[in-house]
Formats: sequence, structure tokens, C-alpha cells
Amino acid sequence: MSAPLLELEKVTIKFGGVTAVCDLDMRVEEQELVGLIGPNGAGKTTAFNMITGVYQPTSGSIQFSGKPIKGIKPHTLSLRGISRTFQNIRLFASMTVLDNVRTAMQGNRAQRVRDALLRGKAFREVEARVEHEAMELLKIFSLDQFHDSHGKSLPYGDQRRLEIVRALATQPKLLLLDEPAAGMNPTEKQELMELIRFVQDKFKIAVLLVEHDMKVVMGICQRINVLDYGRKIAEGTPDEIRANPKVIAAYLGQETDDDA
Amino acid sequence: MRGREKLFLLIAIVVAIGLSYVSASFNRYYLGIAIDVGINIILAVSLNLINGHTGQFSLGHAGFMAVGGYFAAKFTLVYGPTLPPAAQPFLFAGALLLGGIVAALAGLAVGVPSLRLKGDYLAIVTLGFGEIIRVIFQTSETFGAATGLTGIAKLTTFGWAWALAAVTVYVVACLVNSTYGRGFIAVHDDEIAAGAMGINPVRYKVTAFVIGAFFAGIAGGLYAHHKAVLSPGGFDFIKSIEIVVMVILGGMGRTVGVIFAAIILTILPELLRGVAEYRMIIYSLLIIGLMLTRPQGLFTWGKKGAA
Repeated sequence: MSAPLLELEKVTIKFGGVTAVCDLDMRVEEQELVGLIGPNGAGKTTAFNMITGVYQPTSGSIQFSGKPIKGIKPHTLSLRGISRTFQNIRLFASMTVLDNVRTAMQGNRAQRVRDALLRGKAFREVEARVEHEAMELLKIFSLDQFHDSHGKSLPYGDQRRLEIVRALATQPKLLLLDEPAAGMNPTEKQELMELIRFVQDKFKIAVLLVEHDMKVVMGICQRINVLDYGRKIAEGTPDEIRANPKVIAAYLGQETDDDA
Repeated sequence: MRGREKLFLLIAIVVAIGLSYVSASFNRYYLGIAIDVGINIILAVSLNLINGHTGQFSLGHAGFMAVGGYFAAKFTLVYGPTLPPAAQPFLFAGALLLGGIVAALAGLAVGVPSLRLKGDYLAIVTLGFGEIIRVIFQTSETFGAATGLTGIAKLTTFGWAWALAAVTVYVVACLVNSTYGRGFIAVHDDEIAAGAMGINPVRYKVTAFVIGAFFAGIAGGLYAHHKAVLSPGGFDFIKSIEIVVMVILGGMGRTVGVIFAAIILTILPELLRGVAEYRMIIYSLLIIGLMLTRPQGLFTWGKKGAA
């Protein structure tokens, strides 16, 4: 069996006296759809920020494609194949929809200041190719008709989708989605689930999903990790998680009766 | 706009140099103002790359200008007398380049601490930097101390100023309108998101500072060889603020607007000379009025970032 795409081993992070995440072990295989759930403040987003290089763990190791990622900056990790969306949408506000996607294609071309100034044939070809690829990507998610409007002027659900498109533009191997269903109505949630499944299938990538919404997580994830107060309390298939008393206790409070 | 940028640059340079051949017959006062306008366009457009496009609020542009001005002036003062008149344009080009490069190095020195600072904090650091530069020149005997440098050859012509202004506009516009250069705007919009999308914020910030400082240095060299005298007092933070006002009034990150603002704000104080003692008051009131009514900048039509 080959090494997993992403592997966390005994990862701990402390902010002063607070241990936000403690001894977290987690694996994501190639092309797997894994969920990370837990009540508010359980440390899900902190775990995300360690995987994407925003925070450095106090101890423990994180390996991506068999290589440790300790001390590597977010932009380098992005080039290596880790991409993400944000809990509170972070689109490039002053750019158009197309430019948002084009900008994320940065890493896929080798250009320098010199190329941009001389505007030679090679430069124009890269520009044309990037524009074409960005439009193709937008077309897949039927956002191409909005390519010239500002990202922030799109409806909320489309902004979420655009963020996913932008993340995909970096050609990731692992896509991290931070609460993509936040603020969505049931119809939008249903569409989102289909979208995530579609993305994973079409682009052959692994997805790690942090989510509050049980219906979404249970509906699409192959495996689920549950965090509570920074510790992993359970791992398993959706059915196993649903039946796990520790998970029920974490979400609904301690039970006195098994009858729930 | 594919391929049209170079044509624009070529036409602008030819027109500027062509005009400078007949400029001897122009009114010297108007010609002087026209050169001032060209220099201010270089300053404002280069600062716009740092403040507007990349979103790193810098108040030290006069400092970069001073570095370029002093080094370029010293260069022509030392080597000018040894060369025949025919070599003067080359000497001048060398002096401007030297000024630009030294200013770019200064930009690198400021860009590095700026990686850790944001917003107001960065503004204060760059403000302090500008003042340090001024004080260094003020105390350095080599650069004439408080008296400054005098007797600098008047080498700046209309052609030099406007051709270099065209080059500045070209460089900034080309950078920002490319897949590479969109990184500047990405850093401006959201540094964390930019990092997550594979853009190295550090690299873009430093690049913006170095390129911006380089052109400020060139503007300083032009200024020195236009006024023929340099004194440290001319590069205090009021000068930096003047350039910032051009950028804000023109609309942050909007090159066309910033060019117009540079033109208007250079000509306006001259037009008001008729009312002598009230002119700075009127000038200030106009700026306050404009900021109250158009806080987003005067000239905000068209796509942001476009040339």
C-alpha cells in the first residue's frame, strides 16, 4: 500500500496556554472524500490552517505526498498541490470573475517581470492559454457568462462556487473546503453536495471537508473524523459515526439514557 | 489590447522627443511647468504601483526621490566637466540610471521590513525612512550638507521628462495587466487568499517597492537636473504627501486617473499664483472638498488596473 496523500501524526498546536489541537492523527488517501467535523471551537479550522501552512504545529508531523511540510509557506504548498477555500469567502474583491481564476493559475506558468514588460510572443501565448483555460474552467461550473462582472457582485452561492473554481485553478491534488455549506439554504446545500461529488470525480482529486452541516457530511463523505476540544474522538464511515455514543455526546451533550 | 502597448510607448517617446526639439521657442515658464508635470507623473504612477495596486501604504516616496536626485546630480557634477558636450546625453542617461538603481536598493531596504507590517504601521515606518534619508543628506558634506548641491547642469528637457513618464506608465500598466502582475492586486485584495493561491506575497511586495523606488529615483534625477539646485528641505514628508494626494485623488490603483491628478495638481498651484498669499489655502480647500465629494478618487471610470 502506498503512502497516503496527506498524513497527520500526533499533531499538536498550542497558542500560549491553550492547546487548540492535541495529538491529531488523520489520513487522506488519493481521490478520497474525507470529512472533518466537530462542534464549534473544536479546532477544525486550526487543523486546516496547519495543513495549508498558515500555522506551524507545536509538535507532531504533517506529510503531503510522503514529504514533510514543516516550515513551508502557504504559497509553496499551493504550488505542490494543496488548495483551499475559506470559511468566510475571500475572493479578490477588486477583480472580475475571470481575473480571480486567472490569478490563481499563477503557479502554472513560468513568467517574470521581464516577460510582462517585453510582451513577446511566448508571453502572449501564455496569456492566451491561461485565459482560455480559465474560461473553460468557468464553463464547467456555468459561471462563464459572469466572467466580466466583479466576483463580489455574484449571488452568495455563486461566490462559493467561484471560490471552489479558483481553488481548482491551482491544479490541486488535495482540495480543502472550509465550511462550504455555511449560510446556504437546503436547495443550495443539495446542489453543493452534487458539486463536491462532481469536482472529486471530474478532477480526480482528494477532498477534505470541514463542515457543520451533518446532512452534507454524512451524505457525501467516505470517511469522517470527529474533533472535540482539539482531540479526535472518533473516525469511521458515516454510519459508524452516526452510531458512535461519543459523537452523540459531543454534539448533544452527555446522555444519561441510551434511548436517544 | 494585445501588442498595442509597445506602439503606445513608441509613439509617446517619439512625440515627447520631437516636441523637445522645438521646445526652445516655447515660453520658458510654461515649459518648466510641463517638465514638472512629467516628473510628477513619474512619481505618482510609480507610487500608485506600491500604494494603489499592491496596497502597501508608503509615505516615503520623497525619500526615494531624494536618493535618486542626489546620486544622479553628484554623478554629473563629478564627471560632467571631464566630458565633451556631445557625450552629455549619455552622461545624463547614466546619471539617471545610477539614481534609479540606488533608489531601488533603498526600496529593497524598506521593502524587507514592510513584509511584517501592515497599514498604518507601514506608513509610519516609510515616513520615518523618508526623514532618515533627508537627514543623512542634510549632514553629509559630500552632498553639500544643509546647503545642498548647486550648479547642476540643466540637462532635463521636455523630451527626457515625458519620454521617461511614458516608460513609467508603460512599465506599471504592463506589469499590472498580466497574469504575472495580477499578483500585485491579489496581494492588495487579500493577502491570505493570495498565499493560498500560490502567490508569494513577500515577493510581490518587495517587487512593488523596488520598481516604485527605481522610478522615484529617476524622477529625482530629472528634478535635480531641471531645478539645477538640490536642497534636503525639498524632500521632506510634505513632498511625499503631495504624491500620495495625487494617487488618492486620481483613484488608488487607477493609472489613467493618477496621471490626470498629477497633471491637475501640478498646474493648479501655478494657476493660483495670481492670488498669491491665499493660494495654498485655496489649494487645500479644493483637496478637502474633492475628498469629501469623491473619496473613491476623481477618475474612476473603466476597469481597475487598466492603463
